[in-house]
Amino acid sequence: MSNRKKAYTTTKSGHGIRQITSMRLFLPIVCLLAVLLVNVITTPNFFVISMSGNGVLSGYIVDVVNRASELVILAVGMTLVTAASGGQDISVGAVMAVAAAVCCQILSGGEVSVNSLANPIILGIVAAILASALCGAFNGFLVAKLNIQPMVATLILFTAGRGIAQLVTNGQITYIRVGSYQVMGGYIGKCPIPTPIFIAIAVVIIVSLILKKTALGLYIESVGINGTASRLVGLNSTMIKFLTYVICGVMAGIAGVVASSRIYSADANNIGLNLEMDAILAVALGGNVLGGGKFSLMGSVIGAYTIQALTTTLYAMSVKGDQLPVYKAIVVIIIVIIQSPVFKQFLANRKAKQASVVKGGN
Amino acid sequence: MRKKILATALSLTMAATLLVGCGGGGQDASSDTASDKGGGDKKEIVVGFSQVGAESDWRTANSESMKSTFSEENGYKLIFDDAQQKQENQITAIRNFIQQEVNYIILAPVTETGWDTVLKEAKDAEIPVIIVDRMVEVSDDSLYTAWVGSNFKLEGQKACEWLKAYAEAKGMKEINIVDIQGTIGASAQIGRTEALNEAVKANGWNLVAQQTGEFTQAKGQEVMESILKKGDDINVVYCENDNEAFGAIDAIKAAGKTVGPDGDILVMSFDTVKDGITKTMEGEIICNTECNPLHGPRVEEIIKKLEDGATPDKQAYVKEGIYAHSDDVTKVTIDGTDYEVTKVTQEVIDKRAY
Repeated sequence: MSNRKKAYTTTKSGHGIRQITSMRLFLPIVCLLAVLLVNVITTPNFFVISMSGNGVLSGYIVDVVNRASELVILAVGMTLVTAASGGQDISVGAVMAVAAAVCCQILSGGEVSVNSLANPIILGIVAAILASALCGAFNGFLVAKLNIQPMVATLILFTAGRGIAQLVTNGQITYIRVGSYQVMGGYIGKCPIPTPIFIAIAVVIIVSLILKKTALGLYIESVGINGTASRLVGLNSTMIKFLTYVICGVMAGIAGVVASSRIYSADANNIGLNLEMDAILAVALGGNVLGGGKFSLMGSVIGAYTIQALTTTLYAMSVKGDQLPVYKAIVVIIIVIIQSPVFKQFLANRKAKQASVVKGGN
Repeated sequence: MRKKILATALSLTMAATLLVGCGGGGQDASSDTASDKGGGDKKEIVVGFSQVGAESDWRTANSESMKSTFSEENGYKLIFDDAQQKQENQITAIRNFIQQEVNYIILAPVTETGWDTVLKEAKDAEIPVIIVDRMVEVSDDSLYTAWVGSNFKLEGQKACEWLKAYAEAKGMKEINIVDIQGTIGASAQIGRTEALNEAVKANGWNLVAQQTGEFTQAKGQEVMESILKKGDDINVVYCENDNEAFGAIDAIKAAGKTVGPDGDILVMSFDTVKDGITKTMEGEIICNTECNPLHGPRVEEIIKKLEDGATPDKQAYVKEGIYAHSDDVTKVTIDGTDYEVTKVTQEVIDKRAY
């Protein structure tokens, strides 16, 4: 009797739960929350946000959101590239370095370290974004026009990008020791919230608006699902693929300028180092299929925050530097497995089996 | 059609690479013959130097030291090769040196491993190889003649001894120290971390956190930002290079705390690059232990020994100083040897070679 009652209630409420669990973003959000909740036990003050001595917000959560900004921006570009071409742009880290180098070199006027600007900041930023858009266009040309595998095509700038950045900065780290250049990686005037957070949010909102208000999002998905079919119905699939690579390049440029502003310098060897892999991971953690087609921008954004939450969590837990990659890898494997279709199928089968057992029992 | 364009583009690139390669080689060869003509009556020692690149002030100073030591006035002919951070460029450079039959090869390796084959070729050609800065990991020690570089453990010991003496002088009751490590596995990180860990044990310091900043300003900033939330009692940060120290200082200031002798937190650093020593004078870095890039004179000593037919020591360390903001500590003693501490003034900065 009681058994039957329980079974009845679960099936009834199960309807609502299933609706939630079958949502696209359900698993990415659960993973992000799981990573964050570990801190409730290990670092009780993880969620405390306070005002620090000089009137800015301070707390681990602020760090997570702030430090993830570059990754969020990169993940937006990477999602579009992945969806349209079914491959990834592995040159974004190097393109970040190029953008930073171009920006700092223009602002310093060729000097290694300056205390005053040689050119207006806006000129440096525009030039940096143009340079990165050019890099994106180069990638896009190779992939969309010449039909080269995305990973192979972007491998060129992946290897050459840092060399180009070094060439621009003459192999030195160019420092711009000017307060106004540090705004993009720091704070706007007395605003207590770090600027990178605003930049990341603005980028996400603008891109999602473009995707929603124009048909671009739909076009990208259809090109990703079947390029030939899209062409036959009249979509210029080459152009759309090309466009996603340009957008991805621009995103890398914005991320590069933010990263450079944080350290008020262009460190060609280190800016965006290994970030391309994190960006791809963010796309995957967001529940997107790396083979292209349907995509969820918000998923990738959540994925990016998950990665940074993990890093900050490990810092907060004082995990030793040499063991850091191991813990990171373990958590990533778990998250990826949970989201894999095979695992989901396995869970669904088990549920079905259990349900049938319960039914059989009555 | 598309394939044809691609093929043309590819072959063009290949041709271009070949041309560039040949161009470089040709230049080297011509400069070499010129030197043969010039030094006809007096025996000139030809030295090939494969440098990592020019990524930092430190590296530039290192190259400068070699160039000024092995100058034509001193009776040398230096063939300088910038590898731009790539091991394959260095291997090519060494092979070029062997072909040009240089007398000595100096190598500042970009990585520790992967040198066996090319060093064997040099050994077979009977050209002594002197390694500078980073160490190489080879199966057979006889593949290189000598190594010149820094004693990273000693650097760490000097810094820790200085901190101990400074704490006594200033009457600091307890030391809550944070270690921002270098890239895990780099010899500088291993030596400097080891020295700190030993000092922490010996002196009963409280090691609040130990995390890698990967020798970069960005990571140093991010890691310090996170560590600062562990408590308000942190009073010393031990950064394993200057870039990390710059990042740590940024993070400390952003959190509304102060650095310096009268501030909340003392920042210690290593390497003493130009910006590093300037910050030491200002007090933002309280103590900066030098990692001397001036390897030239030590390498020359070894070459002179070899010229005389003697066997040089397998390992030679360069002399390295300790630079501090104040003169509260004038010297530190490690294993019975005294090391002088230099108080940084504008004069000291102007006198330095880099």
